[in-house]
Amino acid sequence: MLVYLIRRIGQSLLVIAVMAFLVFLAVYAVGDPVAILANPEANQAELDAIAARLGLDRPIWEQFGIFVWNALQGDLGTSFVYSESALKVIIERLPATMELAFVALLLSILIGVPLGVIAGLKPDSLVGRSIMSTSILGFSLPNFWIGLMLILLFAVELRWLPASGRGETVEVLGVHLSMFTWNGLSHLLLPAITLALYKSSLVIRIAQAGTREVMLQDYVRFARAKGLSSRRIVFVHVLKNMLIPVVTVLGLELGSMIAFAVVTETVFSYPGMGKLLIDSINRLDRPIVVAYLMLTVFIFVIINLVVDLLYAAIDPRVRLSEAKG
Amino acid sequence: MTAPVLDVRDLKVTFSTREGLVTAVDGVSFSVDAGEVMGLVGESGSGKSVTGLAVLGLIDPPGRIAAGSITVKGRELVGLPEKALQKVRGKDVAMIFQDPMTTLNPVLRIDTQMIEAIRAHEAVSEKAARERARDALAKVGIPSPDERLSAYPNQFSGGMRQRVAIATALLNRPAVLVADEPTTALDVTIQAQILAEVQKLCAETGTALVWITHDLSVIAGLADKVAVMYAGRVVEEGMVADVLERPIHPYTAGLIGSVPSRNKRGRPLAQIPGMTPQLSKLPPGCPFAPRCFNATEPCHGIRPERTPYPGGRAARCHNPLNVPAADAARELAP
Repeated sequence: MLVYLIRRIGQSLLVIAVMAFLVFLAVYAVGDPVAILANPEANQAELDAIAARLGLDRPIWEQFGIFVWNALQGDLGTSFVYSESALKVIIERLPATMELAFVALLLSILIGVPLGVIAGLKPDSLVGRSIMSTSILGFSLPNFWIGLMLILLFAVELRWLPASGRGETVEVLGVHLSMFTWNGLSHLLLPAITLALYKSSLVIRIAQAGTREVMLQDYVRFARAKGLSSRRIVFVHVLKNMLIPVVTVLGLELGSMIAFAVVTETVFSYPGMGKLLIDSINRLDRPIVVAYLMLTVFIFVIINLVVDLLYAAIDPRVRLSEAKG
Repeated sequence: MTAPVLDVRDLKVTFSTREGLVTAVDGVSFSVDAGEVMGLVGESGSGKSVTGLAVLGLIDPPGRIAAGSITVKGRELVGLPEKALQKVRGKDVAMIFQDPMTTLNPVLRIDTQMIEAIRAHEAVSEKAARERARDALAKVGIPSPDERLSAYPNQFSGGMRQRVAIATALLNRPAVLVADEPTTALDVTIQAQILAEVQKLCAETGTALVWITHDLSVIAGLADKVAVMYAGRVVEEGMVADVLERPIHPYTAGLIGSVPSRNKRGRPLAQIPGMTPQLSKLPPGCPFAPRCFNATEPCHGIRPERTPYPGGRAARCHNPLNVPAADAARELAP
């Protein structure tokens, strides 16, 4: 297990290094931030001074070298706009996005797994068919439209929930979280549902397919031949096998929810990382964009690592083969 | 004479498919006494596995038991609700399956899978159930059963997994064990060990054994009596020695002829030409007629009925190969 862990971490570091190179090159190929930051009437000398202050006058390989050196010390550059550490600016927005993603993930599991299992156990029944057809809707409706409709219904017409922004926060372990106040939760609910609708449709489909497949396996037949109750067969024999693909997909989806909740955050004016990214791209705030992408890569790598470890926890076959390898 | 432990009468199992209603098992009858071993022989698609599943009430839609009766220790199983069937399965009737690599749940430990089989039928403590599971493993020849209990199925070889499955099936001392080709996927040497093991265990507990196989050589060494199935029907039945030595039905003779043996070395193996018929397109006469070397005019038009022969034998054939003499029967049953 330890060998496995070390090897997986080594792979992760390699991925991060390659991504750093690609991200840096790509972002520096786009636009000229000096032109946007400087006063429109500034002369060439002033422009050169700004470029020199930001380190943009050096050759690109030198800039990359400085970037890597600083990054290794935990410094991903200083925002051109906020004149603050780019990482700090992003981290300030991180808890908002994280809690949005986690609430959405929780919702999609709570909705998706039970419905998917029901649909998988009775694929030809009316209930099963209805669940599957409804899930197609959840798939195909665009995110921003669902967001707008939810605002129209719950915020404008019914006035049950607020339409935008983030609610009151309380400090938990030094992090500002809104999910523990009633006001914060009410602000969180609509964007979380918007995000979760698509994900739960995905979970329903994977859970349904997984359940159908597992139900046909010999070990389920053997379990029935042992005289086990249907409840025990579903909750012990089927669920654990069926969860393996669900965990994989949800892990990847959690990453994408954290990194790319851009549209949802914009629709609900939710002050998370996604909205910051859009703003920074518009203002060509390179350090923020680079730092954001590096952080995203880091989050994805971590999630993948956790998923692999979870796998090993669910499926003993992974544990054994990896220990040998 | 005591009543048989397992009695199947006129069993008919149908599946509704896109091509219409298909009768997979048609009028199958047999009975097995306590401690007796019956072989159920046939090619793929002959309905032997479906018959086995029907005994446990494990026929799933679109299939259903359309007619007939299955009694275990005198109790009728056909028509019982699912809840009542769950109490019978694993307790009175157990089953083991063909592929040991897939019969055990890969994500659950062996102890979990064995203990749940005991606790589904008896209110015993976890600890007592665990002890029984350990004893059962030791009995089927698994070394250091205490350690092996907390292992996962992937840590066992195929033969070991089948032993675990057998131990699990016999945990509650069932009256009937249905074994659906449990040795087919194993090495020959392991095959022989498993055969001996099951035979010994069933003899000890007086469990009636129904051994489903396509392999006549297995039946020859194991079973007391045999029923040969073809296209959903029993075409020949009788005591193993009689049937193998003097088969009545040409199909049985064909099966015997296609078993390789030392006596036939160097000579080409006899084959049965053609394929098993599709159940949805059975000919009006004898289903075996198109492949039969002995077929005559009536075989293609009239379906042969079950004809009893002396010595407790029976067959469905218009042109029986060996007709057992009546005096031979008198010798057997004075």
